[in-house]
Amino acid sequence: MRKADSRQESILLAATIGSGTLVIGVFFLMLHLGWPLLVSGQFFSLLFQEWRPAEGIYGIYPMLVGSIAISLLALVISLPISLGAAFSATLLAPFWARSFLLLLVRYMAGIPTVVYGFVAVFFLVPFMREHVTGGSGFTILAAAIVLAILISPTMIIFFVNGLNSVSRSHRLAVDALGGRPTQKLLYLLIPQAWPSLAAGTIMGLGRAMGDTLISLMVAGNSIAVPETVTDSARTLTAHIALVIAADFSGMEFMSIFSCGIVLYIFTVLSVGVIRLSTGNKIE
Amino acid sequence: MRPVIVLVTALLLSSFSGLACLASDLDGFTGQKGTLKIAGGTAHIPVMKDAAQAVMEMNPEIKITIAGGGSGVGIKQVGEGIIDIGNAGREATTAELETFGLTMIRWAIDGVAVAVNPKNPVHALTSEQLRDIFAGRVTTWKDVGGEDRQINLYTRDEASGTREVFWTKAIKKEVIDTKANVVVSNGAMKTAIANDPYAIGYVSVGHIDETVAPVTLDGITPSLETVKNGDYKVARGLFSLTKGDPQGLAKLFLEYLLSPSGQDIVVEKGFISVQ
Repeated sequence: MRKADSRQESILLAATIGSGTLVIGVFFLMLHLGWPLLVSGQFFSLLFQEWRPAEGIYGIYPMLVGSIAISLLALVISLPISLGAAFSATLLAPFWARSFLLLLVRYMAGIPTVVYGFVAVFFLVPFMREHVTGGSGFTILAAAIVLAILISPTMIIFFVNGLNSVSRSHRLAVDALGGRPTQKLLYLLIPQAWPSLAAGTIMGLGRAMGDTLISLMVAGNSIAVPETVTDSARTLTAHIALVIAADFSGMEFMSIFSCGIVLYIFTVLSVGVIRLSTGNKIE
Repeated sequence: MRPVIVLVTALLLSSFSGLACLASDLDGFTGQKGTLKIAGGTAHIPVMKDAAQAVMEMNPEIKITIAGGGSGVGIKQVGEGIIDIGNAGREATTAELETFGLTMIRWAIDGVAVAVNPKNPVHALTSEQLRDIFAGRVTTWKDVGGEDRQINLYTRDEASGTREVFWTKAIKKEVIDTKANVVVSNGAMKTAIANDPYAIGYVSVGHIDETVAPVTLDGITPSLETVKNGDYKVARGLFSLTKGDPQGLAKLFLEYLLSPSGQDIVVEKGFISVQ
């Protein structure tokens, strides 16, 4: 028995080390491929330059702004909706509606990204063009709306899990004291579950930042630095997808490793923020 | 890149059509089997698709896959041995040919046409107006004789051979307005223009159908005749590349493209034959 236990342990340990090494390996590979940029000191100037390949300028600043704008706006749209849905699904809605809501959310989480993108190109974008933003309709706003729909199931599921994990005895105590559902939510569930709420929010932001297809299809991919949410923009991920096709030996191709490195650092930072802000409570 | 390729194929899948071919040109495929992977230039796809279908109907043992991605992708992937035939809508550079030891053949000539939505009343422009529009100096259709609406610019990414030809020959390397929307294939360009009444972009002449309207440039309408007799200057060759000399199925497929029935497909799809 002990022997089997230790074998299982070592297999699991090997898997852990394997996947951990892979993640670190990816970083070192990007560092290796982007090394010429770093040693020449161009990496940091790339972060603040525009993208004009015809003139030999390969900055990723417009994409950086585009990525941040689209993902933050998506989060701003999605957060209140997701919080509301999670509160309803755990506490505020009638009992029969709660399970229906969760079923719907899980179903939404399973819809492929490309379906959202496709529907957006043929309905949302023309609608935006005719009635809201003018121009071509391929805008930060349109992409953020679609991304908000895309990331909300992830966030809702995270929130619901967090709210449900608050101990039953505490909840019964609130009921026993005659607390209303909203009081239970405000004074018990939110304070207790806030690490999950924070983690879900950052997960949502990470997903919005990392999504490629929606921004590629809906945001318009222009290389201008966006000024308003009704401008077209290109994200870092869409930029990688577009440029990976170009002349692979040139500086143009090399510069996309800076996008990769920036995205990687962003992910590491968000995970770090979750860890720190929640005091390692999330397992 | 994968989602892009899927998208390209999805957008083009709808126009799949059969084609009767002279059996004799397909004789080489008798008794062959295996798979042939083709990717790259998106202007090539309509011809590639029909040629592949003819081959696969004649010999079901052969599987041919066709993906987009742009000329840059075609050259890169064939060089790295990921695919058997890489398509490019521009000539590969000497550096590209030498790095990978590529062989290049030209099997069609293609024009790149400026295109607008069929609802747009503007159907003729001068080179001067075109440059102003793509540079962002002229921003409303009213200025070139259309409605009082903003001009929505659509362009292709840097990997596009179509962009390369349009940029050098139609707008003389004018810097394209950075606010222009960027689409990933000839098919996606067509979809974008067909859906946006105020759009302007450019597509391979072979891709033009009733959903987009070609624009007459300096009095010359882009068509098979005008490209052929040299009046319409915005033209280029359609190339296919292999790593080293073409071999096996790739060799047979390229020979088929250059055969009379292969060249019939080329003409049928709106390009100019080279034989």
